[in-house]
Amino acid sequence: MNQGINSDFAARLAAIVVLCLVLTALLAGQIAPHDPEKARPELRLKSPCLDYPLGTDQLGRCIFSRIVFGTRVSLFIGLAVVLLSALMGIILGGAAGYFRGVPDEAIMRVVDAFLAFPSIFLALAVIGFLGSGLTNLMLSLILVEWTGYARLMRSGVLALRGKEFLEAARGLGASDIYIMRRHILPNVLPSILVMATLGMGNAILGAASLSFLGLGIQPPTPEWGAMMNDARPFIRAFPLMMIFPGIAITASVLAFNLLGEAIRVRLDPRSEIKKEL
Amino acid sequence: MLAFILKRIILLLPVLLLVSIISFTLFYLSPGDPAEILLTGPQGPPDPAAVQEFRDRAGFNDPAYVQYLRWLTKACRGDLGYSYTSGERVSDAVLDSFVPTLKLSLVSLIISLLVSIPLGILSAVRKGSLIDGLGMALALLGVSVPSFWLAYLLIILLALQLDLLPVAGYGQNGDLQHMILPAVTLGASAAAVTSRMMRSSMLEALQQDYITAARARGLSERSVVLRHALRNALLPVITVIGLNFTYLLNGSAVVETVFAWPGIGNLMTDSIYDRDYPMILGCMLFLAMLFLALNLMVDICYYYINPRTRHESGD
Repeated sequence: MNQGINSDFAARLAAIVVLCLVLTALLAGQIAPHDPEKARPELRLKSPCLDYPLGTDQLGRCIFSRIVFGTRVSLFIGLAVVLLSALMGIILGGAAGYFRGVPDEAIMRVVDAFLAFPSIFLALAVIGFLGSGLTNLMLSLILVEWTGYARLMRSGVLALRGKEFLEAARGLGASDIYIMRRHILPNVLPSILVMATLGMGNAILGAASLSFLGLGIQPPTPEWGAMMNDARPFIRAFPLMMIFPGIAITASVLAFNLLGEAIRVRLDPRSEIKKEL
Repeated sequence: MLAFILKRIILLLPVLLLVSIISFTLFYLSPGDPAEILLTGPQGPPDPAAVQEFRDRAGFNDPAYVQYLRWLTKACRGDLGYSYTSGERVSDAVLDSFVPTLKLSLVSLIISLLVSIPLGILSAVRKGSLIDGLGMALALLGVSVPSFWLAYLLIILLALQLDLLPVAGYGQNGDLQHMILPAVTLGASAAAVTSRMMRSSMLEALQQDYITAARARGLSERSVVLRHALRNALLPVITVIGLNFTYLLNGSAVVETVFAWPGIGNLMTDSIYDRDYPMILGCMLFLAMLFLALNLMVDICYYYINPRTRHESGD
């Protein structure tokens, strides 16, 4: 984060937004005034009013309720993708850095190969070949995201090589797995945490993009990207239907990005200059 | 120099092989029987015996690795097969669709550089000022806004409300009028990344001793910034231009679909809707090759421009 905008303020704001998102996801049923999937054809494309704060969509469903329930979908996908891709990256990247030699070469060339594909096209191809839906959507995003964690974990492990505390642990008879889990992982974890926070934003954005293309979450499940896809035919008559879900996506992605940057600066103040995107 | 390039290319070979294996594996795992898809005509589902015969003849019953090797040999000769839907050669379709994408990317790249380099310099020189704060807030917003949303905001404002530009389409062979909205949409997110990078790179350059020396010699601030710091600060930005292309190509999948721009992003999504597996495979392979070539070029440029990297192993 830069000093230009008050970074402490921005970080706090981001933390509050993330907290609100989590609460919205947990309490969606209490917050939403209507059933997000109940169609009322007689109320279609209604402008915002007291009863329907953000209006209704082409099937007369409450847009506000759909956005509220969409938080649940987006956060769930984000969390699942981040956890699974981090796990995959930590295991493979850790193995590469720890064992060096042939496993390292093999794993890192696979990482390079995955990085050779433009990320959204890799995700698109996975869905294109295997089909759309929640599972394949998450799989496609995991295959895009895991490489970052693998590289981070590998370089973290390499940086710790030869450190005395590792030699000491080995001297005491600790196993490879034990050393990795108890000594190496805690040292790399802070950087992983930064990547994971930024990764939440990426995953939410990726899931929304694919759903917007009609290739992710399928109707009638309320998802922000899919809602915008629904709004495409009504862009002239009712542009608000397109605008509201976009605000939800932007606000959530921005909050996770700001929070990630704030954690990065907190952990390493010098990173402001040295950071790599 | 030559040794460096050769080494890089040799290092790419295993990656290329893995790229082809990943692509083919996904293709192989796809549901649906290609023989059945190909033989299904207007008269309805094909005769099972004919399907079986076709599978034998086309080699669909061979083990996976035999099919992979056969496909790879053909792909190396530039033969990526034929589209399931149009019967067109995949390689032709992919190359044809790449021209509009390249056109759009170049214009977007120019837009993003025109915005981001001055913004990055200004933010670094006036670090902590209102301009810096505003610029970097915009940059952070730029990476967080979904491109399809930005696209529709621009459409709603400029095409529908003000009626200045066409909503979508390719127009007369991709004229400027039709290109402005998609190019600005794509350029905006790329500019967000580049301006942040330019700023931090410039900040680092401004802290070097030679800058202090230049200031001590009484050079004007303008000369210090533009002649001494900028030259060094631009180095990492070359990498960023490569990265920018990555961003632009990535964005093209969604943005081309929104604006009905007949590029490779549009081809990819259309092929997915049509379950045109050979076409998806072709797009995937082509883009990966393009990416690897682009990265190689960036590495070579970087090596050429920055003498410091020449003494290291080049890795």
